[in-house]
Formats: sequence, structure tokens, C-alpha cells
Amino acid sequence: MVYFKMAKTAIKSLIHGPSTIRYPAEPAKQYPTSRGHVTIDPSKCISCGMCMRKCPADAICVRRDEKLWEIDLFKCHVCNCCVEVCPVHCLTMETEYRPAFAEHEGVQVVKITYVKPEKKAVKKPAEDKSEE
Amino acid sequence: MSKEIVVPFGPQHPVLPEPLHLDLVVEDEKVKEAIPGVGYIHRGLETLVQKREYPEYVYIAERICGICSFIHGMTYCQGIETMMNVEVPERAEFLRVIWSEYSRMHSHLLWLGLFADGMGFENLFMDAWRLREHVLDDMEATTGGRVIQGSAKVGGVRRDISSEKLDEMVTGLEGIRGELKDMMDVFLFDSSVKSRLRNIGMLSPEDAYELGAVGPTLRGSNVASDVRMNGYAAYDRLHFEPVVEDGCDCYARCAVRAKELFASIDLIKEAVQKIPDGPIEVKVTGKPEGEYFSRAEQPRGEVIHYVKGNGTRNLARHRVRTPTMANIPPLVKMLQGCELADVPVITLTIDPCIGCLER
Repeated sequence: MVYFKMAKTAIKSLIHGPSTIRYPAEPAKQYPTSRGHVTIDPSKCISCGMCMRKCPADAICVRRDEKLWEIDLFKCHVCNCCVEVCPVHCLTMETEYRPAFAEHEGVQVVKITYVKPEKKAVKKPAEDKSEE
Repeated sequence: MSKEIVVPFGPQHPVLPEPLHLDLVVEDEKVKEAIPGVGYIHRGLETLVQKREYPEYVYIAERICGICSFIHGMTYCQGIETMMNVEVPERAEFLRVIWSEYSRMHSHLLWLGLFADGMGFENLFMDAWRLREHVLDDMEATTGGRVIQGSAKVGGVRRDISSEKLDEMVTGLEGIRGELKDMMDVFLFDSSVKSRLRNIGMLSPEDAYELGAVGPTLRGSNVASDVRMNGYAAYDRLHFEPVVEDGCDCYARCAVRAKELFASIDLIKEAVQKIPDGPIEVKVTGKPEGEYFSRAEQPRGEVIHYVKGNGTRNLARHRVRTPTMANIPPLVKMLQGCELADVPVITLTIDPCIGCLER
């Protein structure tokens, strides 16, 4: 009998609690792999521009002269491509989704604070001879 | 005296969440002719191959459609891999099957929900979407995205799934199977659903074949055609038989999708049992040259990605033929002679995806 089969579903629905999450009282589900938003560590970025070249949405702009890293959050579709290609791993994908924001907050500009380490001075052979 | 009138249906319609426009020529509540109109969400994605290099274009290919995104990306990658003679690792092929079948389950549950909503069965709609959440959770836990997975890559896949997670997924699918059975009792045996779907939107096997129907639309008309039978990815190493129904009506197409859910669960279980250890990707170097028609079975039917390389990092041409495109002529045939009230239900049975259709 079909009605008894449906009754089983109906009774289960009555006994079972709500299937939805009581958001925002209860936080949304997140997993270690979830792609939420991209963040940058400005002290590591070497302004190579690889993320800008590989970004499929043209959301990232690296201004090497001004040492600025810029992302248009409305264009970014959180594909993780920039994180994968970054040679110094200064970009990371956070698992938290960004809250809603206004249009003027869409472009995020970060000042790159990376300082190129000084190379150790290599003594020329001629100088070495003179010292000797 | 009866008079012919034209009723515009869509592109914004309460029961059809897709911008498809149909001009219905109606006489006495009977549809005499349906003239489809498309072109509302054309995005020009195919032209982007000239601007994006072929490895980055996978992201664009995935965004053709939000439902079968992984299969679009995978089909594009298959085309490039064949063109460049890249041998994909076996584990990657099994992972592709697992994610493809998850996509199918997600799409079919979404469609069953929308279909129930189209019939006016709100409770069933909520029930289907509640089950879909479990599938989406598993997809997000393994790929990082709920609907856009971003896991396909030329040369393999981007992410691996641990054996513990695979076992956990199989256990979860067994739970879903139990709940699906309860839901299918309503979908397949309820008298109100049957009266709404039986002998409506008839499409004979001959018409389906001649008009080029694909996917559940074709299999609902008793034609056993499925690209998975060709054995792409790892399907040749799994036991697969297409689900076929002989009703040729809306009920048959609904039943095909409902039964494919169980077939997908079986395929995922078998793939998890047989998945080998090893690498998940190979490094791809060089530039594609040549052309290839890559085919795969999407939830809605056969998809073809035509790729043509010219020896540079950008492809010369990329063309997609999606299942919705193939199912529009059969839809026009189905709508001829039907009641005006049945138009939403019949249109929904081809599972139209205008995002795929227009790209």
C-alpha cells in the first residue's frame, strides 16, 4: 500500500529534527579543503606576478614598481589557481567564506613588505692576492 | 469557434528555473506548435580559448555549467590529453569516475526536486534537496567546492582522497540509498504522481533516435545509449549497464533518472573497491597540436568537447555540444499536441540547462 509507505516518510519527518542549520547561531559546515577566500603574506611575496598571469578571471594585479598586490574580490572566483602557482607559497586559501560587502570594498590592495636578502659579498681573487 | 493564439512561455517562468523561451501556438488549450527561443545568457566562453592558455582554460570549461561542472572540465582535459598523448595515472581515472558519479547524483537529486516542485509536490521537493545536501557535503569535503569542484587537470586530478575518507563516503552513500528508496516509493508508485506523468510528452524510440535525443530523454524512450559504455576514464574497468525504460513518457524519463541514482551509488562503491594506489597526475609539457572530439556522459546526456590545437599555448578552437542542445528538437516534438498545463512538466523532463546550451 502506497499510503503506508508515505506514512513512514511522514512520521520520520515528524520525529526527525530540522535538517537545516540554525545559522548564524550554529556556524556553517567547513572542511579543511573548503575554498573560502585567498589571503597573502606580504612579507613573503616577491612580486613575480605569476598569480596575475595565471588567474583565469583577471582578478589579481601585481604592481611591481609600487610593490602593491591587488585583488578584485568581485572578480575572484576562488579557483585556487593562484595558490597553486605561487613559487614562494605566500598565497593561501582560507576555509572561511567572506561575508557580504559593499562595492567599494571589492578591491583589496596589499602593500608588499618583502625585502630581498642581501647576497654575501664574494671576494675577488685579485683582492685576495693583494691581501696575501 | 476555436481560435489560434500564441502564449509566450518564459524566459522567466515560476516553474522553470532556466531562461528558456517558448512561443506556444495554442488552440483550445492544446499546443499545436512550440517555437523555442534561446540566447538570453550567452557568455562567449568558447572564444576565451584565444586569451587563456590551455591548462588555465580548464577553469573556464568547468564554469560552462554549475551542475555538471566537473564532467565539463574532465571532458576538456580528456581532449587535450589525447591530443598530446598524455597517459593519465590509473588512480586519477578512478577519482574522475567517483567525482563524475557524485556530480550525476547531485544533478539528478536537484532535478527530481525541481520536477516535484513543477508538479506542485513541495514536500517531495524539500526531501530531494535534503538528500542532495549529503552529496554536496561529500563533494566539498573532497574537492573544496560544493558545485564548482576545480579538481580536473590536464594530466590527472588536483586532489587525492584518502582511503579513510573513501570508506566514510561509501558508508554515507549506504545511508543515502536507504533514504532514496523511501523517496522513490513516492516518485515511482504514488498515484497522484503517476496520473500527472503517465502518457504525457510521448516520444517514440524512432523519433528519439532520429531527432538526436541524448541521455535520460533517449533512454526513457527505450534506446540503450550511454557514452559510459565506451569506457572512458575508468568505466571500462567497472561493471556498467545503462538504465533503460520503455514508457516513452514523462514517467519513464523520471524513472530513468531515479534509477540512475542507485546505479551511481553502485559505481562509486565499485570504484572505491578497485581504486589502485599511485600518483594522481603526470607533468604535462609541450603545446597541443591536432584536433579531437572528446565525449562523456553528463547527467543530462552526451557532451562533446571539440578541441583543436595549433602548436601554441592557446587552442585554435574549442566547441562544445551540450545535451540540452541535442534535446531541444525532441522537446519540440513532445510538446506538439499536449495540453497547455503539461508544458512545464514536459519541458522539465529534458532537464534543460541553458547555461550549458549557450555557453
